[in-house]
Amino acid sequence: MDTASGGLLNPELAQWLIQSSYLVTAFLFIMGLKRMSSPVTARSGIVWAGAGMLVATLFTFLYPGMTNFEWMLPAIILGTALAWWTGKKVAMTDMPQMIALYNGFGGGAAAAIAAVELLGGEAMSLTTSTLAVVGALIGAVAFSGSMVAFGKLQGLIKRSFRFGGQNIVNLLVIIACVVLGAALVAGTLHGVPYVALFFALALLFGVLMTLPIGGADMPVVISLYNAFTGLAVAFEGFVMQNAAMIIAGTVVGSAGTLLTQLMARAMNRSLGNVLFSGFGDTGAAAAGSAVTGSMKPIEATDVGVMMAFAQKVIVVPGYGMAVAQAQHKVWELCQLLIERGVTVKFAIHPVAGRMPGHMNVLLAEAGVPYDLIADLDEINAEFETADVALIIGANDVVNPVARTDKSSPIYGMPILNADKAKNVVVIKRGQGAGFSGIENALFYLDNTRMLYGDGQAAAAQLIHAVKALG
Amino acid sequence: MIVTISGLVALYIFMLAAFAGYEVIAKVPVILHTPLMSGSNFVHGIVLVGAMIALGNAHTTLEKLVGFVGVAMAAGNAAGGYVVTERMLEMFKSSGQKKPGAH
Repeated sequence: MDTASGGLLNPELAQWLIQSSYLVTAFLFIMGLKRMSSPVTARSGIVWAGAGMLVATLFTFLYPGMTNFEWMLPAIILGTALAWWTGKKVAMTDMPQMIALYNGFGGGAAAAIAAVELLGGEAMSLTTSTLAVVGALIGAVAFSGSMVAFGKLQGLIKRSFRFGGQNIVNLLVIIACVVLGAALVAGTLHGVPYVALFFALALLFGVLMTLPIGGADMPVVISLYNAFTGLAVAFEGFVMQNAAMIIAGTVVGSAGTLLTQLMARAMNRSLGNVLFSGFGDTGAAAAGSAVTGSMKPIEATDVGVMMAFAQKVIVVPGYGMAVAQAQHKVWELCQLLIERGVTVKFAIHPVAGRMPGHMNVLLAEAGVPYDLIADLDEINAEFETADVALIIGANDVVNPVARTDKSSPIYGMPILNADKAKNVVVIKRGQGAGFSGIENALFYLDNTRMLYGDGQAAAAQLIHAVKALG
Repeated sequence: MIVTISGLVALYIFMLAAFAGYEVIAKVPVILHTPLMSGSNFVHGIVLVGAMIALGNAHTTLEKLVGFVGVAMAAGNAAGGYVVTERMLEMFKSSGQKKPGAH
């Protein structure tokens, strides 16, 4: 089979077919992404893009001079089967780390392409070899960085590693990597050991860069690495003279950069701030000391009465709700309230869940219709007219210090003004601080009551309490 | 006729594709950010064709090994990206059907 150099068709026809198929693929990808950007057509979008991928992959087998099919087919089957299986099996709440994982694979693949090209030692122009090395660097960083992001979100890496002079060490590693890369391009250094060292340094840099970043900032980082992988693919596409890779990689590179900015803006952080400063290092203690008063507990039956006789209830769900798998129970509770004539709305912070839009997906999974879900700009004026704001598993996104306390690290972040509601009920597991480690002033307000317990159990109690009212 | 992409043409492609990517994402509602990130993650799975070509032209065992890993990872990127995106977007169907009047 590997002797079939020249392929099945004559090379010119094969080339024509391949390039045409790539044109079709590029069209399907862009149309697919376009369709994915509207809720009405979103589902067909991924099917379009999927068709594009299938077309490109099948026609690539026709490439003149291709060999090693006995390596290629098992690799494709292995990668596809493993990813398909894990992707089907994983829970909706774990989607962000799966995106990180698969994205890392893409970056690793781009780096591997560059490695094969560099090891092959075939003559490349200065431009081509520069692009190969730059793509390799970006791809390798995206790979190891995404793996760390995956490990953190999956709970495999529990702490953030920080030490003095960390940024300087990172800088030295990346400088060494770039210098070595330049030497490879110039041809002053070549051979397996130097190529291996170059990749080792690039991978190390990805790890070092990602380890100090806190879990709350991971979505922004994953999105950034997604853009990185896109760019790496585009650069390797230049090297391989492959238009499909150039177009798809560049589209993802620019779309991913924009998405990253949108996410960072939603968290009121600049990208540089996310990458180079450990969150909560400086301001957390100061913000904690500013909070006075006490947390006031409440029983589920009292909350049931409060909500059943309310005119308007606004639910503020957070990642904690999703972790407790409480969204189905919460929706059941809301349906009971709606039957009693209560107006119920869900208020979604842009970074509720782990990524922008993640919470909407989780609520949609539970069956909550779209017109009950409002985002921050729509809902914030309505809290003043709400009788009850029910906070489930959300913390930093409802912390009023973001409006008032200049010393707080989250100062200036747009928040949901849940504190303006007549009554605030917070369902919370215990008395600890949020993901960012910042004390929440909302919990200490006079109109706030704490309902301690697991999100799902608490929601079940509330359902029981409302039903008991008849 | 072997198709080659000269430097300048490549730059044109790069520029136009960058604009296309920006425009496609620019007016997206927040609810679709995560599915879109996942969708774009799938799209760069096209690296699979590059990995296949690299492996298809590899000579030494080391090159073949690296190529094998590259193809397997690229296939994982494409397949995983597809499944995850499809599962997320599946949610949008159910709510759309329940609420035919919703806009």
